[in-house]
Parts: sequence; C-alpha cells; structure tokens
Amino acid sequence: MPWKIILFLLLSFVSIAGIAFPIVENPQTWYEFPNIPGLEENAKIIFFHVPTAWLSLIAFLMSTVFSFRYLKRKDLDDDAKAYSSAQLGMIFCILATVTGSVWAKFAWGAFWSWDPRQTSIFALLLIYGALFALRSSIESEEKRATLSAVYSLIAFVTVPFFIFIMPRIMKGLHPGSADDTNAGPVVNFNMNSSMLLIFFLSLIGFTILYFWMWKVSYKSIIYQDKLNKNLIRG
Amino acid sequence: MFSKAFAVFQKDFHSEIRTRYAINSLAMFIIVAISVILFAVGQEKISEALTGGLFWVVIFFTAMSGLARAFVSEEERGTSLTLQLTASPSIVFSGKLIFNVILVFCMNTVIALLYAALFESFIIQNFLLFFLSFVFGNIGLAISSTIIAAIIAKAGAKGTLYPVLSFPILLPLILSSVQLTLFALDGTTIEQAKFELAIVVSYDVVMLTVSYLLFDFIWKD
Repeated sequence: MPWKIILFLLLSFVSIAGIAFPIVENPQTWYEFPNIPGLEENAKIIFFHVPTAWLSLIAFLMSTVFSFRYLKRKDLDDDAKAYSSAQLGMIFCILATVTGSVWAKFAWGAFWSWDPRQTSIFALLLIYGALFALRSSIESEEKRATLSAVYSLIAFVTVPFFIFIMPRIMKGLHPGSADDTNAGPVVNFNMNSSMLLIFFLSLIGFTILYFWMWKVSYKSIIYQDKLNKNLIRG
Repeated sequence: MFSKAFAVFQKDFHSEIRTRYAINSLAMFIIVAISVILFAVGQEKISEALTGGLFWVVIFFTAMSGLARAFVSEEERGTSLTLQLTASPSIVFSGKLIFNVILVFCMNTVIALLYAALFESFIIQNFLLFFLSFVFGNIGLAISSTIIAAIIAKAGAKGTLYPVLSFPILLPLILSSVQLTLFALDGTTIEQAKFELAIVVSYDVVMLTVSYLLFDFIWKD
C-alpha cells in the first residue's frame, strides 16, 4: 500500500514540475529548465509524450513475451496477461499518437506528416488493431489464445525492419532523429540535470503505473474466467 | 521431404485446374483494379513515383483477394483433418507455399506486363534491379500471406480480416519494394539500392524462419 501513495506523489510531482517549471535562457536554480533551440516551450511535452510512447512499446514487448510463454506452456493465464498488456499498450499507443500529433501541429505546422516515428507508431497501432480484430473473431478460448499468440510473434519480428527502413525512406523531423540538426539529440546534452531528473522520474513513474494497471487488469480477467468455469460446473 | 511437399502442391494444383477458381478470380480482380485506376487517372499524366506506388497497391490487393484460398479451401471442404493425418505440418506448409509462390509470380508478371502496356510513365530504366526486387518481393509476399492465410482459415472470419492482419506484417516489405520500384524506374544502379535489396532479402529469410517455427501451433488443433 505505501508504494501506491509514493507513486501518486511521484506522478503528481512530475505533472506539476513538467507543466509549471519555467523555461529560461540561463537556468540558475534547480527548478528552471534550459531553452532548447527549435523547441522552446514545446519541449515540455517530453515529460508526458515520451513515457506513453515508451510504454506502448514495453506493453507490446510484454505481450509478445507472454504469448511466447503461452505457446510453450499452454496456460490460459499467460494469454490473459498477454491480452491485458496489449489492451494497455493500445491505450498508451493512442495517447502517444494524439499527444504527438497535437504537438506536431504547433512544432511542425501539421498534425500528420509521415515522419519515421509517426509511421512506426502508426504501424504499431495497426498491429494492435489487427490483434484485437483477430481475437474478437474467434469463439474458442484455446484457439483464440494460440492464434493471437502466433500473430503477435509474427508481428514482433517485423518491428526491427521499421527501425532500418524508416530513416532511409523519409526525412526525420522528430527531435532526436539522426538527421535533425535543429534540436539535436535532445536527451543527451541539451537538457540540464534537473530536466533529465524529471524526465527519468516521469519514465519510472509511468512504468510503475503501467505494471500496476497491468496486474489489476490481468487478475480481473483470470478471476472472471474462474468464476465462469465455476458457474458452468454448477 | 521435398517430394512429399511437392505431392501436397500437386494436390492443390490439380484441384485448382479442376475448378480454376483462384486463377479466374485473380485475373478478373487484376483487370478490375487496373481499370479503376485508369478511370480515376483519366487524361491526367501521372508521375513515375505515383505509378510505382500504384503498382504495389494493385499487387497488395490482388494478393489479398486470392492468396487466402490455399488454407481457407481446406477448411471449407473439411479436408484439413485428413491432411493433418497424412502429412507433417512443415510439409503441408511447404506445399502450400510452393503453390502460393507460383500463383504470386504469375499474377505479378501479368500486373507488370499490363502496367508496362497501359501506363506511359512506367518505363523501367534498370531492368536487373527491377527483376531482383520483383523476385524477392514476390517471395516475401507469398511467405507472409501464406502464414496469415493459415491463421485466417482457423479463425473462421475469412473475408475482411485477411487484409487487416496482413497489412502490418507486409508493411516493411511494401515500403522497401515501392522504393526499389521507384529506383528501377529512375535508373538507379544496384550499388546504390543494395540497402533496400538487403532489407527485402532479410525480410524473406526472417519471415520464412518464423513461419516454419510457428506453423505447427496454427495447424495442430
């Protein structure tokens, strides 16, 4: 129980700090962020957008890991874990897409411009959508678990290709991409230590939040299955 | 191993020759798709880049309309259990894959010939590059659509789900193949395009390996 209070305080601190701390030319005190040329006030989205994008990937990874476990052990609990992780991943993926494109409207002038990162998050959205479409089309539990596990493993091996193809096909606009001369690799040297601290606190806080949500979600699915089975047995 | 896989292919080939369902529907689909594009284009003169992209639009949707047959027909006729008894999963997959590779090659050759005849800006400057990307792109397309067809056949919902599931898996292949087709139309040398070629070849290898590893789980009920 105490860690939930700590998580609440951590996320509250991150939200307040991320929104309210001023961005100035020459930071003097610890609560002032440096001005990153080309990003200015828009830089503050890093505390909320990057964690959601990060979590949409982590959730996909966990979903793949438990799909693999399901194929090895044929335990329906693993399928519940993979499915609930995919559900959360879809939510974070939508959040990352929406926050990113609202930010892009102000930074690049358009909601969508097929930047490599935008294209890859779009591919991730498509994979999640296809997974749910597949799951909803199958009645039998075991069959649904097996087929969706196989599909998420097949989708997982295509992910590395995007990393190699995207930069060759499209020019990167996103801060931190290889040919970005304006903002440069944001994470490495343009942020000062307090900005980095809050960024990593935000990443840690959101990651714990994800694991918590995931646990609640898969436990509810597992208990629901158990209840249904008991009902059928009478 | 290979002779058994070839026997599965022969079985499919004979039943295809008997009904000619896949060939007829694919041929009609190609004609319909290309004529829709031609009507939409009208008198407009379209650029090379657009032609290369439209080429892959037709290929993708034609593949989606016909390639699911390999496994869906087994489920429809109720013959998949017999096939499970007589052959091991990897042999069944090999046989179906050979059938789909041949089907994809026939269909894409027809599409390429029609494009060369009907679109003025579809002029291939570097034929060797086009040929290489065509061969490896077709193999990748056949592998991915065969394994997704196996999933679809077991999933019950056959029609609309197939393109939905295939598109994210095929996206890396389509993106680099569109790029390679543009290079071939531009007359880029193979040396400059070898990165994309390597992507397509490694995609083929990775998907082939994953398909053989995972097909057992799909096929066994």
